Amino acid sequence: MDTATAAASSPETDTRREAIRVEDLHKSFGNLEVLKGVDLTAQQGDVVAIIGGSGSGKSTMLRCINFLETPSSGKIVIGGEEVAMRGDGSPANQKQIERIRTKLAMVFQQFNLWTHRTLLENVIEVPVHVLKVPKAEAIARAHELLNRVGLGGKEDTYPAYLSGGQQQRAAIARALAVDPSAMLFDEPTSALDPELVGEVLTVIRDLAAEGRTMLLVTHEMKFAREVANHVVYLYQGRIEEQGPPAEVFGNPQSERLKQFLSSVA
Amino acid sequence: MTGLFELLGLGASAELLSLSGWGGNLLRGLANSLQIAFGAFGLGLVIGLFGAYGKLYGGKVTRDLLAIYTTVIRAVPELVLILILYYVGSDIINKISEGLGGGRVEINGVAAGIWVLGVVQGAYATEVLRGAIKAVPVGQIEAAKSYGMPAFMIMRRVTIPAMMSFAVPGLANLWLIATKDTALLAVVGFNELTLETRQAASSTRAYFTFFLAAGFLYLMVTLCSGAVFARVEKWARRGQPSLKGGAR
Ligand SMILES: Nc1ncnc2c1ncn2[C@@H]1O[C@H](COP(=O)(O)OP(=O)(O)O)[C@@H](O)[C@H]1O
Ligand SMILES: [Mg+2]
Repeated sequence: MDTATAAASSPETDTRREAIRVEDLHKSFGNLEVLKGVDLTAQQGDVVAIIGGSGSGKSTMLRCINFLETPSSGKIVIGGEEVAMRGDGSPANQKQIERIRTKLAMVFQQFNLWTHRTLLENVIEVPVHVLKVPKAEAIARAHELLNRVGLGGKEDTYPAYLSGGQQQRAAIARALAVDPSAMLFDEPTSALDPELVGEVLTVIRDLAAEGRTMLLVTHEMKFAREVANHVVYLYQGRIEEQGPPAEVFGNPQSERLKQFLSSVA
Repeated sequence: MTGLFELLGLGASAELLSLSGWGGNLLRGLANSLQIAFGAFGLGLVIGLFGAYGKLYGGKVTRDLLAIYTTVIRAVPELVLILILYYVGSDIINKISEGLGGGRVEINGVAAGIWVLGVVQGAYATEVLRGAIKAVPVGQIEAAKSYGMPAFMIMRRVTIPAMMSFAVPGLANLWLIATKDTALLAVVGFNELTLETRQAASSTRAYFTFFLAAGFLYLMVTLCSGAVFARVEKWARRGQPSLKGGAR
């Protein structure tokens, strides 16, 4: 599997197929250095699972990639386009950030659907208002996507009337509606009751199977092992170990990873 | 029964209140009051929206200036503010007019009333809207950002609709205060409902009749407003399970 070379992150990797590249990413909150130089590359079609203990910087890394957090330093390249940064890491060009964000769809732990809009309105919001897709076209596509995630018939329901699993599936439909070149999942099942986890994982598994590029922060080790072609273990803001899932899970090298895996097993 | 009728002078009152007579004046006063209340409430909302965003996201100078504005306006009695803003406002306009070589200008009462009450309303609206914006879950705004929405679109499509359910009860209060504050404009000689009532009452000596009628009109305004705001609140709360329903 040649995609397994994913995060080898040598600058010579084939940049035409490169979806996301992060180089020497640092991020501090005040005096607290949360990311201490992270390098990561995902080629198109890669499913990169990011695992690590709570507070290791997984969310921060994901949020730096679409600039929900401002990196302290480093380089971020999305689909071959480097994000222009000022000296302090803030985006130099807001328009560029907004354009790049429309290609990276994020799925949040807390779903973050817009509560004053129905599921259909949630799904068409960005296509219609940001991407300027004709409304009729966006609606037709939204019906397809909601059907696909098993929410056909719930178009006119408001998020608060749905279970967490249904809300998260709707959030995935919203993400797919922008036709993203990569998807960022931040613990998509951590806020769900155990019996609802499966339905969301099934949807994500399908997306992986159809070759979607994704970065997936997760505590579901079995699932990561199954869908990812590359696994990154983050420890205190550094990549402690990475490789194909069979290696990382089957034959961990570092003591910390061994300990982490036995603690979550 | 007829004795009481006579005592309250209801027969005479009906005649006094006829539309062709003083009653028409009262209704014209009410129309003026409502016009000003609408304008002031609207101006207050605009000021409040800028004020709230300025207080939440503005630079230090902006925030300090807004803090002075809301503190002073809310500290000084409205009657005093109306006198100050009215005379200062008309003075400035006249100074400018004279500076440009014109004469003294006749101040339009409605415009002056809207400006004076609007500035007062703006201070309260700033606080109502600031609280409402802060109550919007950050996740809603982050989701909008993460999908590439520009700041103004986030405000229009996400923050304002999402904050409405928090803002409506406070804004309903402000509207009622606006309708009643119009009565204070009587001090600067504006022909709103209260001044019309006073004139009618003192010309006819039928104080009871006219103030009762005015009270009734103010009550009607409040009741109608209540019905309108109940609908607005229901709309603003769309998507939120009702507290009574016990839904999740
Ligand atoms: N906005 C913030 N301000 C200050 N500290 C933060 C902020 N966000 C995250 N942190 C801190 O950064 C560290 C990493 O957080 P996070 O990336 O959320 O970890 P993870 O997702 O791996 O659990 C934690 O110690 C957390 O407290
Ligand atoms: Mg996290």
